[in-house]
Amino acid sequence: MARLTEENVRLAREIIARYPRARSATIPLLHLAQQQDGYVSNDAMVHIGELVGATSAEVFGTASFYEMFKFEPVGKYLVNICGTMSCALMGADELIHHAEHALDVKLGGTTDDGLITLERAECQAACTEAPCLQVNYRYRFRVTNESFDRLVDDLRAGRLDAEIPPHGTVARVRQRVSADRIVGAVAPEDVTDGPTWFDGKAAL
Amino acid sequence: MTSTETNVTSDENQPPVDPNAVTISINGRQVAARKGELIIAAADRSGDYIPRFCYHPRMSPVGMCRQCLVEVEGPRGPMMVVSCMTPVADGQIVRTDTPQVKRAHEGILELLLANHPLDCPVCDKGGECPLQDQAFSHGPGESRFVEEKRHYEKPIPISDIVLLDRERCILCDRCTRFADEVAGDALIHFTSRGNNTQVLTFPDEPFSSYFSGNTVQICPVGALTAKPYRFKARPWDLEKVESTCTTCSVGCRITVESSRDQLLRYQGVDSDPVNWSWLCDKGRFNFEAVASDARLEQPLIKRDGQFVEADWSTALRAAAALVSSALRDGGAGSVAILGGARGTNEDAYAWSRLARALGTSNVDAQLGDGLPSTVFAYPQATIDEAANASTVILLGPDLKEELPVLHLRLRDASEKRRSKIVEFGAKESGLTRYAWKHTGHEPGQQVAAVRSTLTETSVVSQLGKGSVVVVVGRGNLAESPEFTMSALAAVMELVPNAKVLPVLRRGNVRGALSAGMGSGSAAEILERAAAGKINCLVLVGADPLADFPDADLARRALTAVPNIVSLDTFMTTSSSQAQIVLPAAAFGEKDGTTTNLEGRVSQLSRKVTTRGTSRPDWMVAVELADLLDIDLGVGSVHDVFDQMVTTQSAFRPIDRSAIKASPDGVLLAHVGSAPIASPVPEVPERAGFSYRLVVSRKLYDAGQNVANSPSLASLAPGSAIYLHPLDLDRLGAPAGSNVKAIGARTSVVMRVEADASVHRGTAWVPWNQPGGKVGELIDASALVNDVRLENI
Repeated sequence: MARLTEENVRLAREIIARYPRARSATIPLLHLAQQQDGYVSNDAMVHIGELVGATSAEVFGTASFYEMFKFEPVGKYLVNICGTMSCALMGADELIHHAEHALDVKLGGTTDDGLITLERAECQAACTEAPCLQVNYRYRFRVTNESFDRLVDDLRAGRLDAEIPPHGTVARVRQRVSADRIVGAVAPEDVTDGPTWFDGKAAL
Repeated sequence: MTSTETNVTSDENQPPVDPNAVTISINGRQVAARKGELIIAAADRSGDYIPRFCYHPRMSPVGMCRQCLVEVEGPRGPMMVVSCMTPVADGQIVRTDTPQVKRAHEGILELLLANHPLDCPVCDKGGECPLQDQAFSHGPGESRFVEEKRHYEKPIPISDIVLLDRERCILCDRCTRFADEVAGDALIHFTSRGNNTQVLTFPDEPFSSYFSGNTVQICPVGALTAKPYRFKARPWDLEKVESTCTTCSVGCRITVESSRDQLLRYQGVDSDPVNWSWLCDKGRFNFEAVASDARLEQPLIKRDGQFVEADWSTALRAAAALVSSALRDGGAGSVAILGGARGTNEDAYAWSRLARALGTSNVDAQLGDGLPSTVFAYPQATIDEAANASTVILLGPDLKEELPVLHLRLRDASEKRRSKIVEFGAKESGLTRYAWKHTGHEPGQQVAAVRSTLTETSVVSQLGKGSVVVVVGRGNLAESPEFTMSALAAVMELVPNAKVLPVLRRGNVRGALSAGMGSGSAAEILERAAAGKINCLVLVGADPLADFPDADLARRALTAVPNIVSLDTFMTTSSSQAQIVLPAAAFGEKDGTTTNLEGRVSQLSRKVTTRGTSRPDWMVAVELADLLDIDLGVGSVHDVFDQMVTTQSAFRPIDRSAIKASPDGVLLAHVGSAPIASPVPEVPERAGFSYRLVVSRKLYDAGQNVANSPSLASLAPGSAIYLHPLDLDRLGAPAGSNVKAIGARTSVVMRVEADASVHRGTAWVPWNQPGGKVGELIDASALVNDVRLENI
């Protein structure tokens, strides 16, 4: 895939301006790239490096630390089935086995129509609702084989389009901070006084 | 109050108390330390060795490997801390020898070894490996880890020179820290997380740093290896001597290491005033050229246009005959000697002594590509003074390309916020990123640029803040060096207490000039030669056809001289025009001393036998003198040195024992007083559609050292003419296409490329690239050279 689009470069510059140092914007820009292409492409990382003044190796090093950045194309929907303790006890392995057969893919694979990528995930903090899964990080609780099949049918039929945006979408409404509410990007070494709530008496 | 006053009076005779001095206790012994120092550094001085992998005294601490755990007494009893991250404090009680510390060291080592392949028998590092050594001295002896170890594809190349074995890596962050913090080329980085963490480059973007070899040297395991040394020797078979690198004039201290009489490796030695243990890749890996098959082994005499091998006595007799017939026919003025900057001080001195005995002053160690030696008459600065000055003014070359380790020192000065760099240049350089101010100027406009920038209010106040050092060299081979000298004079007029660090590039150019090899000027000598006034030209490791900027003049000169004697390690384009070619001993094959750019004289050591029958330059001078009935009064390299320090005023304060006693070298005395500023030459107007030519060096070029080192030869970028992207647009030629470059005398076809670091209205061509012909466009007698470009 490609470098950031013209519209996204404009957005990127807006994001960079929020930080005292350009490279602080690396992760927000990686999200932007993933939103654009569904994954973070090499070209996008090179482009981000140019925008924030880092080498591509530094951008890649930062990005690859995070599980949620994908460096290969994934399906429109990323289905993460939790395989940690509570879910495992409640039948996650059987669910995964069923999912692999139902979608005809192995873990980590993407269906032929490019719609669904199946992954095993670590604990999603919904142990009381085990076994659970996430579709593009939106929860589904107490999943059974039947409810999994229904979920796949709904995804394929587009019935969940309103609820679940394509993979990479951080938010459908981008937050805009009006000019009068921006704190201003001040480099740490240029800060001379404490924050407004700090009266100088409290121990930091 | 009163008691304090009494104390002050009673302490009057005591030395003042250092406010930064603290005393700590290590294993019950009192150790003097300084505030801000790390426990591990204090312990090193007190002789209490703490095992470590990630700690490196020349880089910032990261506490990555956790091996250096020690116990420090705290309010709640002894506490385990990493000694490479913990600064000393007055009264601190440190223990490195308790059972708890031993247990911690063993535990960390067991963890580090869990995934390490333990392939020491086939590993290049085995025998000098910190992991191996410390596993023996501080490890548990056995491991509880019985599972399958992690596996990676191995080794993978991360650059043209360096290979990475990720299975051996213990993730100490030394190479990645070096790349980012010291070299400024953060092209390798930790990627992924947890058990998958690994050092990698960006896909298809290699670690092509000029300093990549240092990562191999500082790797505490065998994860990083360099192609030229891989599988060549085991460390216990290596013999080493300490020496000084003469690839450029920084004069980095190195160890020269060989096995079975073959040079196999140079390693950087931590010399505090010079190289801080770093080397550039060109200096580190060009030992390959010493072992090259292309080396000259026998004297050669040209008969009927063909070189035939001869023995030394025949060749020297023939050379002496050429010199004496030149003396007889044209007098002393018809003999000229060029070169000497590639050898030792002794080599240069012996040849200058011979020249004086012959009565000729047609002698120059530079080839029209440096600066007049009056640059040494200003108050001189050392590298340390430059790297600690509050303002550094750069006038001239791209240090990253020409003197890479000096670039590292100045980059460090700027990054650690000690120094502000004010740069003047006809092109952006490797230091421009770190410069506080960069003033671009057209070739020949240095003086105007200096006068306007240094009188700006902010600059004036910066210059008043502390010491100022001017780093000055030849930044453009296509303009007269007078411009740089006038600009230097202008700086000295505006900042009278500034000191000067001349950065002439050739390995021992300062030594050669101080030894008397600078009484003439190469340009004048070649002009005289072209006019038929030189009958015999001796080239002492000089290749004017490749190195003199004006190709036409060099060609005319060497064609006009009837008799050329060349003393060189390789058959160069100039030596192939000689009547007699004598093989010279190379670096690593001879003893002596060398002088770096700041005037630091240090020792060179012989490690391997000379190739074939080759001899050191000084010996050839002495033998030639002998055949000409001149007694130079020397019989050994020590004799030459002793005579040099008594007769050459610049070397006078130095003697052999002082150099032996000081591995960092001894500084030359400063001689002479500031030269009288010459008037600024008038620069001709540039015609509308032409570009003013900027020609400067890249680290890797077609020079003998690089071309004959297989690992380096392919790194030369090749010849091309570079324009600012907007100028290239205006020209209408696509990048990468060939254009016709028309100079004042002739035209050459060159590839054209875009480069935003080139200023508008100028065209930059790297000097002496394989297949390059930029010398055809340079007229050495012109003040500046212009070039017109045409699409073809």
